Amino acid sequence: MTIRSSMFNEVPLLHIEGEMTIYTAALLQQQLQLYIAQYSELELNLSQVSDIDSAGLQLLMAAKRQAANQGAVLRLTGHSPAVLEVFDLCNMAAFFGDPLIIPDVSHG
Amino acid sequence: MSLNLEQALQTFIAEAYELLEEMETCLLQLENNPADLDAIGAIFRAAHTIKGSAGLFGLEPVVSFTHVVEDVLDRLRAGDIAISRTLIALLLECGDHIHYLVDVVAVRAQQPDAAATEREAGLRQRLQLYRQTSVSEAVSTTPGVSAVRQERGSSFDLWHISVRFGTEVLRNGMDPLAFLRYLNSIGQIVRITTLADSLPELSQMDAESCYLGFEIDYQSDASKAAIADAFEFVRDDCQLHILPPHSKTEHYIELIKNLPEQATLLGELLVASGALTLKELEDGLQQQVDAALKPATPLGEILIEQRFVEPELVQAALEKQNQIQEHKSKESRFVRVQADKLDELISLVGELVIAGAGANLLAKTSQDETLYEATSTVTALVEQIRDGALRLRMVPIGDTFNRFQRVVRDVSHELEKQIELQISGADTELDKTVVEKISDPLMHLLRNAMDHGIESPAARLAAGKSATGVLKLNAYHDSGSIVIEIADDGAGLNTERILQKARERGLVAATAQPSEQEIYNLIFEPGFSTASAITSLSGRGVGMDVVKRNITALRGTVDLSSAAGLGTKVRIRLPLTLAIIDGFLVGVGDASYVVPLDMVQECIELADDSKAAAEPRHYINLRGEVLPLVFLHQHFNTGGGQRRRQNVVVVKNADQKAGLVVDELQGEFQTVIKPLGKLFSNLRSISGSTILGNGKVALILDVPSLIQQLAQQQVQPRLALQTPALRN
Repeated sequence: MTIRSSMFNEVPLLHIEGEMTIYTAALLQQQLQLYIAQYSELELNLSQVSDIDSAGLQLLMAAKRQAANQGAVLRLTGHSPAVLEVFDLCNMAAFFGDPLIIPDVSHG
Repeated sequence: MSLNLEQALQTFIAEAYELLEEMETCLLQLENNPADLDAIGAIFRAAHTIKGSAGLFGLEPVVSFTHVVEDVLDRLRAGDIAISRTLIALLLECGDHIHYLVDVVAVRAQQPDAAATEREAGLRQRLQLYRQTSVSEAVSTTPGVSAVRQERGSSFDLWHISVRFGTEVLRNGMDPLAFLRYLNSIGQIVRITTLADSLPELSQMDAESCYLGFEIDYQSDASKAAIADAFEFVRDDCQLHILPPHSKTEHYIELIKNLPEQATLLGELLVASGALTLKELEDGLQQQVDAALKPATPLGEILIEQRFVEPELVQAALEKQNQIQEHKSKESRFVRVQADKLDELISLVGELVIAGAGANLLAKTSQDETLYEATSTVTALVEQIRDGALRLRMVPIGDTFNRFQRVVRDVSHELEKQIELQISGADTELDKTVVEKISDPLMHLLRNAMDHGIESPAARLAAGKSATGVLKLNAYHDSGSIVIEIADDGAGLNTERILQKARERGLVAATAQPSEQEIYNLIFEPGFSTASAITSLSGRGVGMDVVKRNITALRGTVDLSSAAGLGTKVRIRLPLTLAIIDGFLVGVGDASYVVPLDMVQECIELADDSKAAAEPRHYINLRGEVLPLVFLHQHFNTGGGQRRRQNVVVVKNADQKAGLVVDELQGEFQTVIKPLGKLFSNLRSISGSTILGNGKVALILDVPSLIQQLAQQQVQPRLALQTPALRN
């Protein structure tokens, strides 16, 4: 997993690439903590997440909660199919409340 | 994926193959003894375990198909459907298909091809028959269920699953999400709420601990045991509550009380899912409070509550315990070791033996008594290590034999013959590599025996035999080798026909009169087949020569005996191991040769007078027996002067004895067999080489082939000279 960060209108944008799993959770936790402590607004782009497991999911939940407690805004954007599948499986879309772009699934 | 998972997958694959084999064996048992409940249980467990483990690895095709099979098996186990020949045949096919799926999906990570999908659809359809009949039966015989449904008057017929995963789950390599996916494969998650009440603050949490829990409303036809077993791998590491559809209100209340979250939260969830009405919830919670106020016999209440527990749950728990115990006892008895690690160990032991022999030799020449004694002890220990290491590779041949039960069953159906396979000596052990390589030749011989040997039931009855043909597989140890016998009680070989065929093909000269044994051996010649009709099984004339070649490649021999009308027996003789043998070192001129010690019967001195007599005749009188001799000096054209005193090493192979005339007896020697290169593949009398302690190379004598050559040499002069006196 790699995390690419950039600033957009003074809001940090973190691109998470690769797997958000138990193997990378500790590193991700550290990074998220750092950013949430520093900024009042933060965007996580999940479009390049190839794989997410329970560790990744609960980390996102904790981060979202932490941000809310501090009055900060944590936005999740560009959910990759892997992320969407897990959110759907666990019925977590409402918890995060970020707009999801449902991929066009043709029923034919 | 990570390395750990890859390893686990390999374990799954190996386990799945074992389970499928067990399933097959049990099915065949069941065919003979339909009342065998243990066998049904074992088959069910096999299918169940495969499904469960496959679910963990997300092997969707395996899970979904095995689920259907398991369902039928479950009904079979419960006695809802009766065992029948067609059902066994169907389940055997299903086993094959699961094997195929594991092969494709788990081993090669591919999707099943079109033909397989079609086959699966067919199987599913046939399985469906067994599922449907049982469903209608079940409904008609349990009127209580519908009554309960009406009584509750709600549309609620979902399972409720509450699960809180333990913190160690993730670190143990499990992913809670995998369990949800698995649930979705044997049913449907209708509603799910992810609970993170125990999730600490971001800065406090341990990213590798699991804090998740789920409340699930679940729709499935599966039994409670099956649903509970979905969580089998985390059973000790999670809090799991499963409430069947139409559970009593008290049970839900009890559940709420037992869970760590606030009662109101869970109550709301249950109300939302329709399991409880708001009123029921309030009443129930109030009752709990009342009960808590009165200190009256809470334990008794709990016990009474327990009686309400569905019988399935009790059964599941008992089964679970049994399984764990079984598993544990198995685990403590076996260690799974990779074959190449074992091979590495064996080759190291081989080097150790050579090095030990070198040290021993040096000690001997140094004339230092204590040193010699020390190396002798080391040598003795090395010998034990060698034997122990080789024994690690020994496996009983029974597994291979049992596999043939299925072959015999299928082939006899195909040929419309009645054939019974009798197995004996299944415990006989031999080297794993040999077992693997002997399986194909054995299969061929069996098929041959079934196709050509055993007659049709009508022909058998006409010949005054029972309609059912008997095929016997037997294995036993005999002087350092293992003997495998395949015997049938069929028509026997027709020597006339074989000879006629052989003459047609020019394998035998038109005037030659070969002995019976020689005629039998003709069928091992390339391109020989006596079957007038070619069947799909045998009769194409490929086979017997390949069988012989394969066995020869294992340093084994094959011979055949037959009696017209009574049957045929094929006897395969194989060395126990391919790597290290006990040898007997002999000196001939400047060179050393190794004779496998197991074949050495005795050593005698060749006295001068008997030597003078023996040399022209090539045999001596050994206690009244004629012992043919091989003068190794002449045989190998060895350099170096011939000693005046010579010795005879009497060797025996398969009831034939011979004497090897050598110059010097050098004693026992642990021999690490080094195969000869391709260049020497046509060399007869030599089967390999070995390295002596002093670094010199010694050749290992191929005693069977030496004896064979000897027999041929003796026949020729006899025929040439036409001396009938020799026969007496």
